[in-house]
Amino acid sequence: MSTHAGEKEIQTSTRLPALMVPHRFYVQKVKRETRDTYTLELQPQNTPGELRFAPGQFNMLYVFGVGEVPISISGDPARPDLLLHTVRAVGAVTKAICRLKPGGVLGVRGPFGAHWPVEEAAGADVIIVAGGIGLAPLRPVVYHILSGRERYGRVALLYGARNPDEIMYRRELSHWTERPEIDTHITVDKAEAGWEGNVGVVTTLIPKAEFDPQATVAIVCGPEIMMRFTVIELKKRGVSEEKIYISMERNMQCGTGSCGHCQIGPYFVCKDGPVFRFDLIQPFFGKREI
Amino acid sequence: MTGFPAKIGSRAVLERRNLQKLFDVLSTQGYRIIGPTVRDGVIAYGELSSVDDLPAGWTDEQEGAFYRLKKGEGNALFHYGTGPDSLKRFLYPPLVRLWKARREDSGFRIVEENDEPPKYAFIGVHPCDLHAVAIQDKVLMTGEYADPFYALRRRKVFVVAVNCVKAGGTCFCVSMKTGPKATAGFDLALTEILEEERHYLVAEIGSEAGASVLREIPHKEASASEQAAAEEAVAEAARRMGRVLDITGIRDLLYENLEHPFWDEAAHRCLTCGNCTMVCPTCFCTTVEDVTDLSGEVAARLRRWDSCFTGEFTYIHGGSVRASARSRYRQWLVHKLAAWLDQFGTLGCVGCGRCITWCPVGIDITAVARALREKKAAGLPAPAGTPEKQGDRHEHACR
Amino acid sequence: MGEKHKPKLAVWKFGSCAGCQLALLNLEDELLEIAGAVEIAYFLEASRAAVKGPYDLSLAEGSITTPHDAERIREVRRTSRYLVAIGACATGGGIQALRNFADADDFVRTVYATPKYIETLAESMPVSDHVHVDFELRGCPVNGRQLLELTSAFLHGRRPNIPTYSLCIECKQRQIPCVMVSKGTACLGPVTQAGCGALCPAHNRGCYGCFGPMETPNPEALSEQWKRLGLRDEEIVRAYRGFTAAAEAFKKESEAREKQAIQS
Repeated sequence: MSTHAGEKEIQTSTRLPALMVPHRFYVQKVKRETRDTYTLELQPQNTPGELRFAPGQFNMLYVFGVGEVPISISGDPARPDLLLHTVRAVGAVTKAICRLKPGGVLGVRGPFGAHWPVEEAAGADVIIVAGGIGLAPLRPVVYHILSGRERYGRVALLYGARNPDEIMYRRELSHWTERPEIDTHITVDKAEAGWEGNVGVVTTLIPKAEFDPQATVAIVCGPEIMMRFTVIELKKRGVSEEKIYISMERNMQCGTGSCGHCQIGPYFVCKDGPVFRFDLIQPFFGKREI
Repeated sequence: MTGFPAKIGSRAVLERRNLQKLFDVLSTQGYRIIGPTVRDGVIAYGELSSVDDLPAGWTDEQEGAFYRLKKGEGNALFHYGTGPDSLKRFLYPPLVRLWKARREDSGFRIVEENDEPPKYAFIGVHPCDLHAVAIQDKVLMTGEYADPFYALRRRKVFVVAVNCVKAGGTCFCVSMKTGPKATAGFDLALTEILEEERHYLVAEIGSEAGASVLREIPHKEASASEQAAAEEAVAEAARRMGRVLDITGIRDLLYENLEHPFWDEAAHRCLTCGNCTMVCPTCFCTTVEDVTDLSGEVAARLRRWDSCFTGEFTYIHGGSVRASARSRYRQWLVHKLAAWLDQFGTLGCVGCGRCITWCPVGIDITAVARALREKKAAGLPAPAGTPEKQGDRHEHACR
Repeated sequence: MGEKHKPKLAVWKFGSCAGCQLALLNLEDELLEIAGAVEIAYFLEASRAAVKGPYDLSLAEGSITTPHDAERIREVRRTSRYLVAIGACATGGGIQALRNFADADDFVRTVYATPKYIETLAESMPVSDHVHVDFELRGCPVNGRQLLELTSAFLHGRRPNIPTYSLCIECKQRQIPCVMVSKGTACLGPVTQAGCGALCPAHNRGCYGCFGPMETPNPEALSEQWKRLGLRDEEIVRAYRGFTAAAEAFKKESEAREKQAIQS
């Protein structure tokens, strides 16, 4: 089935590690988050197995005959029986994922990668900054904190979306906004008629959050440019680089640090990341075409 | 045979006329024998059926972007430099099918496949290539995720190394401490000696498997003078090494100069054709292709050698992270000579010289590394930070 | 797919030799399979029966060389959901784009007794110069395997696995010793897109560049190497003025070398 002229692929035995083959999961429920973003609820097809994961990890999702993409897990780490993925339909595979209906089947490999420092952050203030769909891999952090809220100091969630229509997890966000556990602030880059909230990039929310810079862990996820400016703002407030964590995006195919595509300097984003402590990734972060 | 105890570390002598016996023994043991042979104007690894397939009397001349097959001294079997291929082709083939699946009502099912990979005996492996295998072992067989395709092939391998008695024009194993003498990773290591009246091979035993194969071939203990002749032949190759790469502080040199304007110059000649990565014995990057048949009933995932010189390599929604030749060339070199050290505890270069010989325009990794070092020392333009970095005096804090 | 209607396939010919259509017809084993998966609605090379549009997948062969072609391709675009340009003519202007380097009217006057009956455009251009194309499949002719891959990918809504990197990557994977390095043969492989399976190097010839420029070509550096191999500028010009002469990177290089050839 080779796609190249005049060649034949070599086959080998099936003694493949579990992480190399997609495992079948059923789509239980599909929830539309925004115009092009959906959250899928998945359950393993065969085994009554669970997919234990840590906040920030990702899976490789495969649609039969279409292809595979890395997508971070957006569900509750305390509910490994229920796998949640929030997917934006931008390419052939993500579009195929978003077209799946309940009962449809998806291949899952994972979980892969490093996770957010939810244990290290215990006892400290936590500031979570999300840009766009970057909120998806941060939702497990929020769930985790809420499940043991007393273990953390002040917790703030700052979320920036492009416009009001792009805001995901609306019900949960408004729930969190109303409650005292998490100091939640939302902003949009561009407002529309009827929007009464904040307008501006997500960094403009940082002054609204109360935290002790000396004892704060910052968790940041979004487009690279957004993370760059967020880090600058956080450092201005006195948060040190060792306490800031970001999540990098690169072309990830194998998930196991062997295909080589996702390298940034000495790191394989799929294996050593996607979550990085900022001071470690800093020499390579923001460098052109690194 | 003699009372010579064939054991690990000891050295025996095989007469050239008895070498066929090695092929016979390995064939009997079920090995497919892979070794150097003349094919399409080069000495390349291929399947050998007898000692007659070896490149007797042939050698090669190599320079940047230049390889010529030539008549060599007498009937030497192993007087060649590295060819375009390494053992990577056999242990980590260019195209494998990771799995195949069929559509089912309830989704899809992975089809079981049970092909046993071949059992290879490699003959005539240069020490640089042995080191390359050792590096691929680290990359592909250690850590959390071992590659089963590589491991299944690798574990069955029998290796007859050949110490280099002829240095190639583009290689620099002395700099990389990977040759010209094999020190580990072989079952048997041969040094070929051609004298006026005699053609023989000094064989060092590297493993129990090597010892037991040797016991079935006529041999005797190597005399002091035979051993000395072998040592001298290898030492002579070391003295005639074609190139030098100074690896002192090479990792930091590269990391500290990621934004040096030098990279623009280096990339000026680069064709981004990917030849260097294909011939490199340690380059391990691959891509996957998810394919289907026309009916859509059968799907498969293929894994193919890939190259950091392609655009697709770093493609994420919105474009390639590394769009320019400059960034791709830099990535390759920084990976080989810096990042590899952080990732796997060793440099990713063994000094085989293939990337120099087979680069269509002869870009020379040793010259590039030297030029960077010299520009740095001469205090030429300081590394220019990206605009947003210039105000930020934070030093590079590499691990 | 099942009960759903089969996608309608159309194959169109413009300024070309029909070799790419033949590449499709030559897929003997798979042709029935294709016919099973799609409705071949318009393919004059194969059947005179023509089903009206709109079409789900249109394959356009040939370059746009006449005002009539230009009109017709717009109509094809209008009636096609997906339009794929196939072959060196449709993607790069083809061998007939050599006229782009001279005055087309001169040719017309030389060749035809009554030039006024000939209506032609000044340049032979790829389909994409006239209308939006969804994909370009390179080659002179296109490679059957790639055509199948493209069709299969289209049918199942996935991205086709059609690399845009150099021929060298394919050549090396097929264990062909580089003809330029080992024999001093000029080869366009390093600046040419993969896809043919390194056909010419496999037969000891340099690549002729049928698949057009690869994604990030550096013809200038390659030409310099060719000069070291002893080629003259005129020879370099000729090499780039082959099947894909009008492709931007090749065109630029051939013009640059032509200038040098005149100067020297």
